[in-house]
Amino acid sequence: MSDEEESPGRVAIGISFGNSYSSIAFTTSEGKAEVIANEEGDRQIPTILSYVEGEEFQGTQAKAQLVRNSKNTVAYFRDFLGEDFKSVDPTPCHQSAHPKEHEGTVAFSIRDSEAESENTVTVSEITTRHLRRLKNSASDFLGKQVNAVVITVPTNFSDKQRAALKKAAEDAGLEVLQLIHEPVADVLAYDARPDAKHADKNVVVVDVGGTRSDVAVIASRGGMYTILATAHDYDVSGAQLDQVLIDYFAKEFLKKNKGVEDPRENPRSLAKLKLESEAVKKALSLGQSASFSVESLSGGIDFTATINRSRYELLASKHFQSLKRLVVHCVEKAELDVLDINEIICAGGNSHTPKLSRSLADEFPPTTTVFAPTLSPTAINPNELAARGAAIQASLVEAFDTDDIEQSTHPVVTSTPHLAHAIGVLSISGDEKGAGVFTLMIEPETPVPVRRTAHVAVPREGGDVLVKLCEGVREIKVTKPEAKPKTNGANEDEDDDDDDDDDDDDEEEIREKVWKAGRVLAEMAVRGTKKGSKVEVQVSVGAELDVQIIAREVNGKGGTRGMLDKPAIAQNGSV
Amino acid sequence: MAAITINLPLPVLPEGWSAEKDFKAISSLSPATQRNVEPVGPHFLAHARRKRHKRTFSEDERIQAQENVKKVEDDDAGEISEEEDPLMLQRDAKDWKGQDHYAVLGLSKYRYKATEDQIKRAHRKKVLRHHPDKKAASGKTEDDSFFKCIQKATETLLDPVKRRQWDSVDPGADLEPPSKKQVQKGNFYKLWGPVFESEGRFSKKQPVPKLGDEKSSKEAVEGFYDFWSYFDSWRTFEYEDEDVPDDNENRDQKRHVERKNANARRKKKTEDTARLRKLVEDAMGMDERLKRFKKQQYEEKNKKKIEREAAAAKAKEEEAKRKEEEAKLAKVREEQEKAQKADAKKAKEAAKNAAKKNKRVVRGAAKDANYFHEGGDASAAEIDSVLNDVDLVITKVDNEELADLTAKLNGKKGAGEIKAVFVDEVKRLVGAGKMKEGEAKNFS
Ligand SMILES: Nc1ncnc2c1ncn2[C@@H]1O[C@H](COP(=O)(O)OP(=O)(O)OP(=O)(O)O)[C@@H](O)[C@H]1O
Repeated sequence: MSDEEESPGRVAIGISFGNSYSSIAFTTSEGKAEVIANEEGDRQIPTILSYVEGEEFQGTQAKAQLVRNSKNTVAYFRDFLGEDFKSVDPTPCHQSAHPKEHEGTVAFSIRDSEAESENTVTVSEITTRHLRRLKNSASDFLGKQVNAVVITVPTNFSDKQRAALKKAAEDAGLEVLQLIHEPVADVLAYDARPDAKHADKNVVVVDVGGTRSDVAVIASRGGMYTILATAHDYDVSGAQLDQVLIDYFAKEFLKKNKGVEDPRENPRSLAKLKLESEAVKKALSLGQSASFSVESLSGGIDFTATINRSRYELLASKHFQSLKRLVVHCVEKAELDVLDINEIICAGGNSHTPKLSRSLADEFPPTTTVFAPTLSPTAINPNELAARGAAIQASLVEAFDTDDIEQSTHPVVTSTPHLAHAIGVLSISGDEKGAGVFTLMIEPETPVPVRRTAHVAVPREGGDVLVKLCEGVREIKVTKPEAKPKTNGANEDEDDDDDDDDDDDDEEEIREKVWKAGRVLAEMAVRGTKKGSKVEVQVSVGAELDVQIIAREVNGKGGTRGMLDKPAIAQNGSV
Repeated sequence: MAAITINLPLPVLPEGWSAEKDFKAISSLSPATQRNVEPVGPHFLAHARRKRHKRTFSEDERIQAQENVKKVEDDDAGEISEEEDPLMLQRDAKDWKGQDHYAVLGLSKYRYKATEDQIKRAHRKKVLRHHPDKKAASGKTEDDSFFKCIQKATETLLDPVKRRQWDSVDPGADLEPPSKKQVQKGNFYKLWGPVFESEGRFSKKQPVPKLGDEKSSKEAVEGFYDFWSYFDSWRTFEYEDEDVPDDNENRDQKRHVERKNANARRKKKTEDTARLRKLVEDAMGMDERLKRFKKQQYEEKNKKKIEREAAAAKAKEEEAKRKEEEAKLAKVREEQEKAQKADAKKAKEAAKNAAKKNKRVVRGAAKDANYFHEGGDASAAEIDSVLNDVDLVITKVDNEELADLTAKLNGKKGAGEIKAVFVDEVKRLVGAGKMKEGEAKNFS
């Protein structure tokens, strides 16, 4: 690796560190990101540590300990890092070691040594231990000592949390090159594919993890990413989907075994039920049905049952609906319409669930590409996106020294004016004579400076043409279907059907995205164009919103150029 | 980035368009939004290189850069704003059906208006405070009853179907309509507006028109009450259902309860419809605008009527006047006629008198002329004959001719002169064919 020479001794990987699962990835010498399997062959490594008589277990082995050794098993702790005890939600830890207050931070009381007594282990220490295990797994795989890392974090991770994570990683012997946002890592993983197209686009990343769902609306402009809005939800999650199955199987069990204790009431039974339900959920992502089998579920009774996918989808449908609302809410927060969204990236393990991505896709127009395993053959495994993105970023920055990276990622560099409106030229459409149609050249929310070039057709006969540069305003044109004439008499007995009628009407409503010319910026003439030629229009917006425009016939000489001053009003982000 | 191809052609340069160097600057760009680009990906590296090129940033710039950026993440830290009723905190979760779900989550002032987002945030805040692990930490007993209440409230409010069922019977959202007395003392719009707004939450059709104020147009007010008269409500009363036994053993019992519930729901729904109808009627009864519009309409109608009546009255009056005038005129004419008649009579009389007089003069003239007998007294026969002839002449002439004759005779003395006058007169009468030659022997 050439980088090795540049930064002797630095071996960097990407880590996605979730509350439920973690993944490690590296970038091959061909520049391809790959997720590494640990010693047990897992690429999704449960973010769980468990201690049995002083021995530390991690991942799948630790997860298995939730049944017998829950008190000494630490799980779902990522979000506690760097937080006060009073601002953490202990709910996910009901079936494992409970968090407790310790010197203002969060800690767990566990028997992590051979001694009988419990030790207080802080969440930072747990994180360090977990990251160290991940580092070791990667080092084993790569055959060299890993010592640097890019880690993904949620977009709402506070500075305190970021600092705590950095510290914990450093304590594990990992130099943190950068912490990057999970949804941005997901987009990067897609954009780094060799066949990826780099058009400007609005992307929604929907990440349905084990304990939370996160949505981000991201403007991707010339390969630069800007988060326009986010939404976080702790009520829609993999755990809730698991719960649907837990309840279903518990009820089935009770139906068959009258008078036996509800397995949900007994901690150990519940732990078994939960583990198996998650496994069933995963199996239903692939197969049309899955079987559930737990030995001694409750009252010493073994229980096996099967469930088919449609049954599960029906039971979980309110969660899919809720997720849909969350996503639409986030799009609205970004002041966009679903019609503005070009791509949806489904991330997080639950994106394997076919119904989940399908019901999301239904909410968006057919022009929106949805990347999810069941909808797109080119989709990347949603479990691996974040780690892959982190690995790619690691390969991009590993040659720089940390101070340099630090300087470059400071807001003084990242804080950038973004165009409030689109920029484009007026063209003549076939049917409208005279009145121009706005044709987009630069999308709104494009960071400046930016330069874009367009080749625009000339009228059939060529000659002198007008280039009119405008700002564009996006409108949503709603065409209501023509009201069906109703026969009054018949209508009266049909009162009950009113609801359905309304729904039908809603469905038929046609929504379209149209651009309208807003503020006119400049007019310029290009004279004597030849029949069938094209005019090249180049717009360059400077860092202070000054504009340079050049228009000339393609392959022609001369042309027209001009400048627009920067706006008088100071730019300010706090709109 | 590669050039974009636009196939819709540019417009032809308008006739007479001209500018210095063929370029017209018209406006600067709109102000931009300051945002953070993500420091990720190969293109960002180029951006950072450009931006940092031969530059060092001052501490001020570094601080400001952070402040100017448009925030994307919501502030999560917000404290629980609503006071928690100690009694509520002691609630038994078993009795969750009876709890005020909004109050439990601290959303009393939002209720049916609380958004899903608000409910989720409120839930999280409450969990952070009331999770049993938190209580254990602060040395309190590990009582998770209120925590369960929180979970029940959240479960109810985050499920759209369950939430509607609860909202349907949420006593905290009900607003008592104002009484007539209150309205008389207070402001109709302030008192009724919130009531309708609250009732509007049950409308299948949204948005619900607003009550408005005294300036609302007639159409708006009528539209408003029309809407409420045909109100389509989703309100249901499932929440108040009696629990249906969950076991299969007691099927009959189960069916019985179900039937009972269905009946109860139907009854409540009917009552609710009636309640709303009365409420709307009451409001209409107190709405001054309706009275005003009615009055206006009445006046409008009346105005026309009055106008019509006035017109009729005027016509009648004019007719009467005309008739009166006519009568007056007729009277005048009558009087004139009468006067004329009287005058004519007088004249006739006068003429008669004059004629008598003239006759007398004419006869007298004959007498004065001694009946044209020369010397001595004329014999009776002569007298008779002359008088006969004179009378004949008199009968043959009209009054005027008589007057003429009288005038001619006037001043004539002597029988010859007088006789000549008579002879002339007879000659004239004979000439006029009124007498025959020789009829008056004495004057031929
Ligand atoms: N094939 C699958 N089908 C369905 N669900 C899956 C599948 N694989 C993983 N999951 C679920 O995805 C969730 C884990 O997702 P992910 O690995 O993204 O977690 P995470 O980022 O740690 O999430 P969080 O931080 O929210 O807990 C779990 O609920 C798991 O059951």
